[in-house]
Amino acid sequence: MDAIVFPAVVLGPLLPALIVLAAAALVLGLDLGPRALPRELLAVTALAGMLGALLATLARWGTPGRAFRDMVVLDNYALFFNVIICYSGALIVLLSMDYLRRTGSDSAEYYALVLFATAGMMLLAAAGDLVVVFLALELMSLSLYVLAGLFKRELASGEAAMKYFLLGAFASSFLLYGIALVYGAAGTTNLDRIAAAMAARPRDPLFVVGFGLLLVGFGFKISSVPFHMWVPDVYQGAPTSVTALIATGSKAAAFAALIRVLAVTLRGVPPDWTPLFWAVAVVTMTVGNVVAIAQSNLKRMLAYSSIAHVGYMLVGLVAGGAGGTGAVLFYLLTYTFTTAGAFGVITLCERARGEAVEVGDYAGLARRHPMLAAALGIFLLSLIGIPPLAGFVGKFYVFGAAVRAGYVWLAVIGVLNSAVAAYYYLRVVVYMYMREPEGAVTAYAPSFAGGVALTVALFAIVLLGVMPAPFVDLAQAAVAPLLR
Amino acid sequence: MIPLLSVVTFLPGAAGLALLFVPRRSVGALRVASLAITVVTFVLSLPLYFGFDGDITGYQFEENRPWMPTLGAAYHVGIDGISLLLVLLTTFLMPLALASAWGVIEDRLKEFMATMLILETGMLGVFVSLDLFLFYVFWEAMLIPMYFIIGVWGGPNRIYAAVKFVLYTMVGSVLMLVAILALYYQYGAATGRYTFDLPVLAQYVMAPGRAQDLMFLAFALAFAIKVPLFPFHTWLPDAHVEAPTAGSVVLAGVLLKMGTYGFLRFCLPLFPDASLAFGPVVWTLAVIGVIYGAWVSTVQPDMKKLVAYSSVSHLGFVMLGIFTFNQQGLVGGLIQMVNHGLSTGALFLMVGMLYERRHSRLIADFGGLWRIVPAFSALFLVVVLSSLGLPGLNGFVGEFLILVGAFQRSPWLAALATSGIIFAAVYLLWMYQRVIFGEVTRDANRGLPDLTTREWAVLVPVVALIVWIGVYPVAFTGKTEATIEALLAQVQAKASAHR
Repeated sequence: MDAIVFPAVVLGPLLPALIVLAAAALVLGLDLGPRALPRELLAVTALAGMLGALLATLARWGTPGRAFRDMVVLDNYALFFNVIICYSGALIVLLSMDYLRRTGSDSAEYYALVLFATAGMMLLAAAGDLVVVFLALELMSLSLYVLAGLFKRELASGEAAMKYFLLGAFASSFLLYGIALVYGAAGTTNLDRIAAAMAARPRDPLFVVGFGLLLVGFGFKISSVPFHMWVPDVYQGAPTSVTALIATGSKAAAFAALIRVLAVTLRGVPPDWTPLFWAVAVVTMTVGNVVAIAQSNLKRMLAYSSIAHVGYMLVGLVAGGAGGTGAVLFYLLTYTFTTAGAFGVITLCERARGEAVEVGDYAGLARRHPMLAAALGIFLLSLIGIPPLAGFVGKFYVFGAAVRAGYVWLAVIGVLNSAVAAYYYLRVVVYMYMREPEGAVTAYAPSFAGGVALTVALFAIVLLGVMPAPFVDLAQAAVAPLLR
Repeated sequence: MIPLLSVVTFLPGAAGLALLFVPRRSVGALRVASLAITVVTFVLSLPLYFGFDGDITGYQFEENRPWMPTLGAAYHVGIDGISLLLVLLTTFLMPLALASAWGVIEDRLKEFMATMLILETGMLGVFVSLDLFLFYVFWEAMLIPMYFIIGVWGGPNRIYAAVKFVLYTMVGSVLMLVAILALYYQYGAATGRYTFDLPVLAQYVMAPGRAQDLMFLAFALAFAIKVPLFPFHTWLPDAHVEAPTAGSVVLAGVLLKMGTYGFLRFCLPLFPDASLAFGPVVWTLAVIGVIYGAWVSTVQPDMKKLVAYSSVSHLGFVMLGIFTFNQQGLVGGLIQMVNHGLSTGALFLMVGMLYERRHSRLIADFGGLWRIVPAFSALFLVVVLSSLGLPGLNGFVGEFLILVGAFQRSPWLAALATSGIIFAAVYLLWMYQRVIFGEVTRDANRGLPDLTTREWAVLVPVVALIVWIGVYPVAFTGKTEATIEALLAQVQAKASAHR
């Protein structure tokens, strides 16, 4: 009998996630400390955790590492997503500071859960094994379920948490069942070894069914049609800062895992899943955009618009190759800043009965708070894809990849969809700039931290819009090794 | 060396952004500063005209700097005989448009001025870009300031008009984006070099067939909506009527030209076979537009709407000229673009002046104005006659050349198009007669003041140019003939390369 060999423990590849987890532990510890400690300390600690993880990520750029028998793979691909996730997390912490105090929900648990969720996202991006995929996904999701229900006294928040949890648990079980079937067929949960096993027996029905179930699970997390039903209710009901995290970080992380699983295991193995993705992309962007037109609640509208953006990203996935997949990575980067910014503006707008979430609440905003209106306007224009903002370049690369791969009609459907989208985004601009306020006035809730977050996001979408090339090259270089 | 073209292009936009930091209260300073910026821009653009050598083909004042080398997009700008005139038209009309808004726009003046200046940069950028990526950036970006100008400072139905304008234009331009990408990858696959550089792509001889046809149609749809070519014109009356006077002047004077310019700059040289093949379709639509626009103008009770529909008619002429594929037609089309910018711009300015005095644009509310405001009536007459193509004024030169060109294609076509000129005389003179001649029908009109000094300052330059082009068109055609000749030669050479 072989002696049990303990693998050498290499913690380097876990470093960014560990920093975030350490910050989470520190936040919880600080909460137990003397009451005299300023409450801002919690948020500052959380922010330091995000920025520390960002620095660690940047420091490790170009030095791929593997740990725990290839269960964690911190390559440039994972690092690129770490950057997105860290920015998303940091922006959300900044946006939360005053927002939570105002809504009376300031608590250490909040920041700890945000940090736990962020760590889960980072692990998801670095998962080289289906077991880690599942564990990281659960770490992320469970934290988010709780965060969605943070506003304990609000029915909508409770509903959001309940819906998110039930449907999310359902999706997780699909994912788990898929993992089990793939394991049954391949005898391993390691992605590289699954790839080898699949190449040997490509048409094994266990693989096909297993992967189908995996896709259901991922489809839920990235919120593609037809697994999008939870999105509007959760986005609307959850605290806005949490919505921003669900819409950006968790979506990016789920895409990270999805792309890695697809790219590593399905390398040219039949059956060809592309027609399926083609159809899902078309349905997702069309349903998202068409339903968004009918929304009068801004959070709900952004929820449907985020579904549409998933459709655009799936276009890049259909196109495939370093060009298409790299375009998806870049798109997620632009989308994160834009969406976090848009939700960020909502956290800064207040009305007597709570948050300003109806489109009508924004009537005449430009007159009273020109900077805030301009910021939201720029975020919305970037979501439409107006140059020279980041959203345009993201779409440009995604549809460019589709045209290059020969999916011209998919690109045509995509761009027509973005013209449809212009209608509902511009409607908000119409309210802000071209209508007079109705009833009670929407007030600006001043927040230094929120202002910093919006400034960072604005700077990023202008920079990514005017000088996108270096970032796109990085994204393409990051995915190239996966595709080999 | 000073990159003159970049300075002219970006000065207004940069200054417009800087204006946002001026305190809202300093209304006078804002007005003076923004007007001064547009005047300086115009003065700076004059060396482009005088330094431009009309005998050389190819681009002048060229600047080419790498922007995104891995993508093949560059900051490549330059002008030839076609864009030169449109750049000048833009820089010339902007100060007039701002001056016309002098005392009219009071609500959010600072934002208005900044938006107009940013719009100017967008329009100039469209005309000087020689890189398809750069062009598309300007083309799309310029929509947003126009959207705000119509939607914030427009008339009662402004929101509907603004949204309609953006959505119409956007549907066309997103399809053009796909065509740009398709062209980029097709060229890249064929030559191994991926670039958005227009002069390079224009050298590429694309095989005729479905791919070229589809790309042509995508580009053509984007431009046809902007022109607007019948039946894509329905956004135009709304946008023109609802926009404030300054906005209408820019819309009619410059924005519509971006469509016809696009046909000249992109469709013809890039897709010559498809352009020739679809020529008859375009002629037909253009002539329908000429006649339809004129008929609809005739029955308009509202002067602004009348002028708006007359644009459909006049731009039909321009499209007809471009798609004759001969020297006279193309030069005529180009000159007619400038003429329409001047005449229609002036018509909108003058209708705006009436509106400021009476808060009505209905023809029925006026009558007998000659006795009350003789100076206004006299200048109005010049502008009306220029718009209907009276010999000696600018409109005649363009229309005559276009008809000569069209006659060579098909005498029937020319005959039908000529009827458009007759109808133009009908709707314009009839309008003029009802507004200016006869007895004073409304007492409210009796006390109307005649032109103010500011209005004189706005109108005299336009009228002077109208007469100058009419009397001495060579000053402008001379700059463009070599370019047009080279363009035609290129189209013919590329089209016959497969035969």
